[in-house]
Amino acid sequence: MSLPTFDASDDPGPSFAHLVRQSRGPDPLPQQASGELDVPHGTTCVAIKFDGGVLVAGDRRATSGNLISHRAIEKVFATDKWSAIAIAGAAGPAIEMVRLFQLQLEHYEKVEGKSLTLNGKANQLSQMIKQHLPAAMRGMAVVPLFAGFDRKRDVGRLFQFDITGGRYEEREFGVTGSGSLHAGSAIKLGYRPGMDRDEVVTLALSSLYHAADEDSATGLPDFIRKIFPIVATISADGFERVEDDELEAKYDVIIEGIKERGTPA
Amino acid sequence: MTTPFYVSPEQVMKDRADYARKGIARGRSLVAMSYAEGIVIVAENPSNTLHKVSEIYDRIAFAGVGRYNEFDQLRIAGVRHADMKGFSYSREDVDARSLANQYAQSLGHTFTNEMKPMEVEILVAEIGDDAVDDQMFHILYDGTVGDEQGFTVLGGDAGAIAERMDTEFSADRSLGEAIVAAREALADDRELTADDLEVAVLERSNERRTFRRIEGDELTALL
Repeated sequence: MSLPTFDASDDPGPSFAHLVRQSRGPDPLPQQASGELDVPHGTTCVAIKFDGGVLVAGDRRATSGNLISHRAIEKVFATDKWSAIAIAGAAGPAIEMVRLFQLQLEHYEKVEGKSLTLNGKANQLSQMIKQHLPAAMRGMAVVPLFAGFDRKRDVGRLFQFDITGGRYEEREFGVTGSGSLHAGSAIKLGYRPGMDRDEVVTLALSSLYHAADEDSATGLPDFIRKIFPIVATISADGFERVEDDELEAKYDVIIEGIKERGTPA
Repeated sequence: MTTPFYVSPEQVMKDRADYARKGIARGRSLVAMSYAEGIVIVAENPSNTLHKVSEIYDRIAFAGVGRYNEFDQLRIAGVRHADMKGFSYSREDVDARSLANQYAQSLGHTFTNEMKPMEVEILVAEIGDDAVDDQMFHILYDGTVGDEQGFTVLGGDAGAIAERMDTEFSADRSLGEAIVAAREALADDRELTADDLEVAVLERSNERRTFRRIEGDELTALL
């Protein structure tokens, strides 16, 4: 590997994807083979705003057709200190896209000496999804949620995407994946403006529970193996994972409540 | 027809080296040293936007003296090299030694093959898990690489500054003490304030990305 230097006319600038293409490195987002492929898919993710930031959460199940392919897959990732991404869709390309996106943000920051704005980051992600469209048309769709803390405006913000790269900023919450209909309804019923961190963590856990209750591709919390959803908050202090102990304690309360009330089958 | 003058290769190399050294001597110097928590780099630099010290990778920092546009071009090439390598292999496979060799190749090539050598001196520093694993590579305008222990000085007045550092140096200082020692060595009789200095550290206690700039109130307080 020699030192990558370029003429002014073909300099890739601060874009990592362009750099990889110019240097003929591994293709960052390769086109997949034609035909439907049965690859692992990740499912339900949610993002909710709260007072002082934004929360992102996702269940841990990946499925290939009707089989569970992974019980403890991670679908929520910090993309830098102030933002996070949650992914639903074909797990392989999604994780590769996240890796490239993380690198892209860090690469830009190092080359330019300052971070992209939150809008700039969301726009970058939108372009990556758009490039992925041919693969998405063959059943390899990647549909992320992107959330971050906007340090200029001092608020948490979140964005939803569609497979064409369409980018939609949401005011209160966003959902993606196969269980999103049920997770979204649960959040819609429980959401109030100005909720604090503890309240939205509980709301997110309960929405994932209800999604898993209705959608076979979404995993329930696993008390035997101690596998709980990945939940993270992004606030003025940056990205922070919520510990499993706290999640387990909150689930205990949620499930106690459900037992007391009973739930229609 | 005119016959070109014969110039001996020794003379050509000497002239180029003199040219590069003069260019470097016009700029201000910098000091990099180990301290209790990692490596600190202190540069004399009145600008707080045109940096001499920058992040390359998780545990690797870059510093340059001389012509800004030339070392900044090398800095960006280093970031690209490191990010590409980390993307193709793994983050742990990115190391300062290989990057320093790449820089040496590039500078050496320019020195022998181009009309004008680069008027720069650069440093590639990497922190290890322990202080004994810290590495500092000092690369000259002609591609000469030096592996330095403890501290190193880059710039025109390096000899005199290194002498002052030598009497002061100890690797188990706190951050504040290390910065003050570096300032004294750079300043000699002059007065250097926080506004005249650019300071950055590679800190072992930081998580993945160990590079951090020390600026503004924090720097003033440490001085």
